[in-house]
Amino acid sequence: MKQYDPSAFSGLDLLNLLNGLPHGVVLIDNEGRIVSANRIFEAVTGYAANDVRGVGCDFVLRANPDIKKSILESTFDTVEILSLEGDIINVNRKKALVRFFVSPLNSQNGKKIGYMVAVEDITALKAHDRQRQGLSEAKGILGHSPKMQEILDFMPILARTDTTLLITGETGTGKDLLAEAIHHESKRASYPFIKVNCGALPETLLESELFGHVRGAYTGAHSDKPGMFRLAQGGTLFLTEIGDLPLALQVKLLTVLDDREFFPLGSSKKVQVDVRLITGTNRDLRQMVKDGTFREDLYYRLNVLRAHLPALRERGDDTTLLLDHFVKLFSTSLGKDIKGFSEETMAELTRYAYPGNVRELRNIVEYAVNVCPGERITPAHLPTYIHAPTVSTQPASQSARVEDGERQGDGRNALPPVPSEMNFAQGSTWSEIEKGQILAALMKTGGNRSLAAIQLGWGRSTLWRKIKRYALD
Amino acid sequence: MKILLTLRDNDVAPRFDLATEVLIVETDNNTPVGKPRNILLPGPSADELCSLIIKEGISLVVCGGIEEAHFEYLTWKKITVIDKVIGSIVEALRLAANGSLKSGAILRNSQGDKSL
Repeated sequence: MKQYDPSAFSGLDLLNLLNGLPHGVVLIDNEGRIVSANRIFEAVTGYAANDVRGVGCDFVLRANPDIKKSILESTFDTVEILSLEGDIINVNRKKALVRFFVSPLNSQNGKKIGYMVAVEDITALKAHDRQRQGLSEAKGILGHSPKMQEILDFMPILARTDTTLLITGETGTGKDLLAEAIHHESKRASYPFIKVNCGALPETLLESELFGHVRGAYTGAHSDKPGMFRLAQGGTLFLTEIGDLPLALQVKLLTVLDDREFFPLGSSKKVQVDVRLITGTNRDLRQMVKDGTFREDLYYRLNVLRAHLPALRERGDDTTLLLDHFVKLFSTSLGKDIKGFSEETMAELTRYAYPGNVRELRNIVEYAVNVCPGERITPAHLPTYIHAPTVSTQPASQSARVEDGERQGDGRNALPPVPSEMNFAQGSTWSEIEKGQILAALMKTGGNRSLAAIQLGWGRSTLWRKIKRYALD
Repeated sequence: MKILLTLRDNDVAPRFDLATEVLIVETDNNTPVGKPRNILLPGPSADELCSLIIKEGISLVVCGGIEEAHFEYLTWKKITVIDKVIGSIVEALRLAANGSLKSGAILRNSQGDKSL
């Protein structure tokens, strides 16, 4: 085997490298004049690189917005890569939708010598998106109810901006889906979307998870770790269960939001990041601020833009829409030929309150499709707790109440799932009932938390959090 | 012949639909005659610009990038369109007037035009 010799790369043929890239790439000087371009760029613009050397890139790209102006106006002080979306008129007189990625180029002595502009044609991508019955459905968010329509109408606005967004809503309402959909519709779509559950890790691990660490920062830190903020560079970081973020980390997060830079654990070197932050919670942050468990300044910083996802019981006929959607989905994925629900089943399912919201509905349908041997799902194919007597008008969790999420009394709200084995005395608090539900589910599943979470219609982290809260572990 | 050139500063505007200024020049026997008219448009609009071209009775348009629909429309109206031109407006006009300007031309002058 030949010796490892990275110095061989010092004489790298730059144009050859650029030609290997899948997008049009042009190198420009500090005045925006073309220095070099790859073959795809030549194909897109119709100009040979040799012919346009020294020409302003705006004349050759013919872009809207004016790419040269955008580059020269950007300081690149806090941003490593400038991402722009727009259109160009290409060599065939066609308007092509494109995304530009601009990164400054420095010489070996650190002097800025120009910029690299990559041009990605996203016309086909956008057309494909449009074909898929609109943005929302493409990203798995369904809903025709006025409350959901409000959210869906608001989505393009949320996607266009870089402002911090707080998504609230009960457990299972689709906060993660919404965050991801917004990311995919934003100019950051080609960069990573990273989700971190703030409630799933102890404080020190969470700090390392978010901000990274250097080797030796603490016992067991055997190598450098970049952290999720750095991994999401250019993209979106979604911090779910933000209400569970420890106070010490709240301070650090606030600093990052203000300064766009931070020190990884154990490091004395600051790291700059360009990340859009979206946070999600099912807790009442305003109440937590009053209780002193959440920093007020951070609350206001996170709550610049706000989207509240309604509970399923507030979404009217969306329940039917979702039931039909998931039946088709699971029927296809499980290779079954299920046509739908019997009338009686549909009546029961539309009466049910779904305290676990869409996630619970999805799990119920998945269960039913698995169990049903025929073409129609009957009540016998539903999980038994659906048929159980009702006890309370409370939602799945009191902590799940968010300030905008007041109940709407439409008569269908009063039916949280209670395992038929449980028999609650009059006057039980919801916490007691919920604790009982968790115990019953754990007993039924032989202590298997994943199965218990499915049965309860919750995510695993929700169950884990509640187990912790009720000291059931 | 009446020529319209889309203008940005001293150059042919990179895009027809984004141009906010045009220059209209009449030529006779390959030489500009009369005073060139500089028109500031209320805003960028390819449709409005097409209307202006028709209204002014233009026979030759010199521009940067133009969409197929507008190119076809103007051609259908028997207007010659020389598009994808890069360079100074003065040089473009000189070549257009004497009939030697071609679509896709990159015009460099010996002094080295600022825009290039």
